[in-house]
Amino acid sequence: MADFTPTAEAAPPTSVERGSPAPRWRTAAAGAQRGSRALRVRVSAGLVAVVVLTVLLVPLFFPLDEQAVHLADKLRAPSLDHPFGTDDVGRDLLLRCVYGLRVSLLVGVVAALAATVIGTAVGALAGAVGGWTDRVVMRLVDVFSSVPHLLLGIFIVAMFQPGVWPVVISVALTHWLSTARIVRAELLSLRSRPYVEAAISGGASRLRVTVRHLLPAVLPQAGLAAVLMVPHAIWHESALSFLGLGLPSHKASLGAMVQSARSSLLAGDWWPTLFPGLLIIIPTLAIAGLAGAWRERINPRRRSELTL
Amino acid sequence: MLELRDITAGYDRRSPVVRGVSLRVADGEAVGLLGPSGCGKSTLARVAALLHRPDAGRVVLDGEVARGWRHRAPRAQRTAYGVIFQQPRLSADPRLRLADLIAEPLRATGRGREAVARTGEMAHRVGLGDDLLTRRPHEVSDGQLQRACLARALALRPRWLVCDEMTAMLDASTTAALVHVVEEYRRESGAGLLAVGHDRALLTRWCDRTVGWAELSGADAD
Repeated sequence: MADFTPTAEAAPPTSVERGSPAPRWRTAAAGAQRGSRALRVRVSAGLVAVVVLTVLLVPLFFPLDEQAVHLADKLRAPSLDHPFGTDDVGRDLLLRCVYGLRVSLLVGVVAALAATVIGTAVGALAGAVGGWTDRVVMRLVDVFSSVPHLLLGIFIVAMFQPGVWPVVISVALTHWLSTARIVRAELLSLRSRPYVEAAISGGASRLRVTVRHLLPAVLPQAGLAAVLMVPHAIWHESALSFLGLGLPSHKASLGAMVQSARSSLLAGDWWPTLFPGLLIIIPTLAIAGLAGAWRERINPRRRSELTL
Repeated sequence: MLELRDITAGYDRRSPVVRGVSLRVADGEAVGLLGPSGCGKSTLARVAALLHRPDAGRVVLDGEVARGWRHRAPRAQRTAYGVIFQQPRLSADPRLRLADLIAEPLRATGRGREAVARTGEMAHRVGLGDDLLTRRPHEVSDGQLQRACLARALALRPRWLVCDEMTAMLDASTTAALVHVVEEYRRESGAGLLAVGHDRALLTRWCDRTVGWAELSGADAD
């Protein structure tokens, strides 16, 4: 042991170079980047937490009627009584925004989950079976994606009575395509791995290989796709409601609120459009921020095709 | 008898890697296939194990012509092979503990009840300690993982072993141990072996006969 001590102390120059700290500007830049990313994650997580707690707790602790009309108080500017002001029939906008956000989040989360399940199932079918099945299924996916989302969504909503579930179905049936493509592509690359071949030669059926070896490997990607889908679903719901095809008009919905307030905007009443509009944008940006951080975590090297 | 007749195979029909190769492994025989890297010997091994569909040619397994490949091969034909690949990291599902890895073929063929007992027996046979069986692939060394892969390949008591560069990633003592396990299994079961590799010294000592890639592809090799 003693013989080795001097050589260990007189380290070769290469290792000195490797051990020396990076130039200060570089560490500073990397630190700033890391810092801003951490800040982004914190702000996003905080916003998501506030939004979720608000829509869960407010209806529980303040059982006020968001549909109560007070014609005498119509179109009041924001004040202490009505922090977001009132709309053209005197309903409190803060309360309606909370209920509208609640519907948006519900639709967003449920529809995103449903779309992910559909997309994963279709992608798994195409990717795991391959051959002609793959070709036919993926051409069907292409056909679906050649129709504009909103058009297809409107078509689906129009088949039902207005309500929350038609909107969920409409969003789910138009948003599974990207997940199907991602899952299929991942599965195709996994299929030729030696561990899959070992499973085949170990007598595993196609279903067993898919469920036990292939799908667990794509779950992080599918989960990320689901989270990134939530903002899309929220926008889609708002767009449908804006067009008057979403929820029935007395129910609070952010899209419908923006739509019905357009006329008063021209009269200089900015609050009935601004606040619902902000509440569509802020939660979606927060969720997208969190999803971005997750993406960098599971896939730090290359840029993913999963973007908002 | 495992017979490869005029196999042409590859990943692009216009330029196959393997052209018109024939090879025969008699029952209980050990055949070493020698060749430089990238020549197509692994592809040939995958064709022999029904894991890759050749563009032309036939694989005859105990007098029966193979008609399906991968999942389309009958389960009895697929499980007649124990396959061991070069890189243990890629041949092990990273999510399975070693015990589950070894038991997987038993569970997949509906013999899950024997799994616990057989897993212990197989692990003992390849020299894996019980403490390693609860670990996942990233928590063990390449050599230990390759031992587990060998145990998995032997779990269904295959009649044919296909070792595709089984020992290329391993040190000399692990190589010797694994070859010993394979030979012990072959002695008691009479299984045939197709060992693919580029290590002439190892394959000539291990196998009954070795064939060079150049002899196989014969005249039509450039």
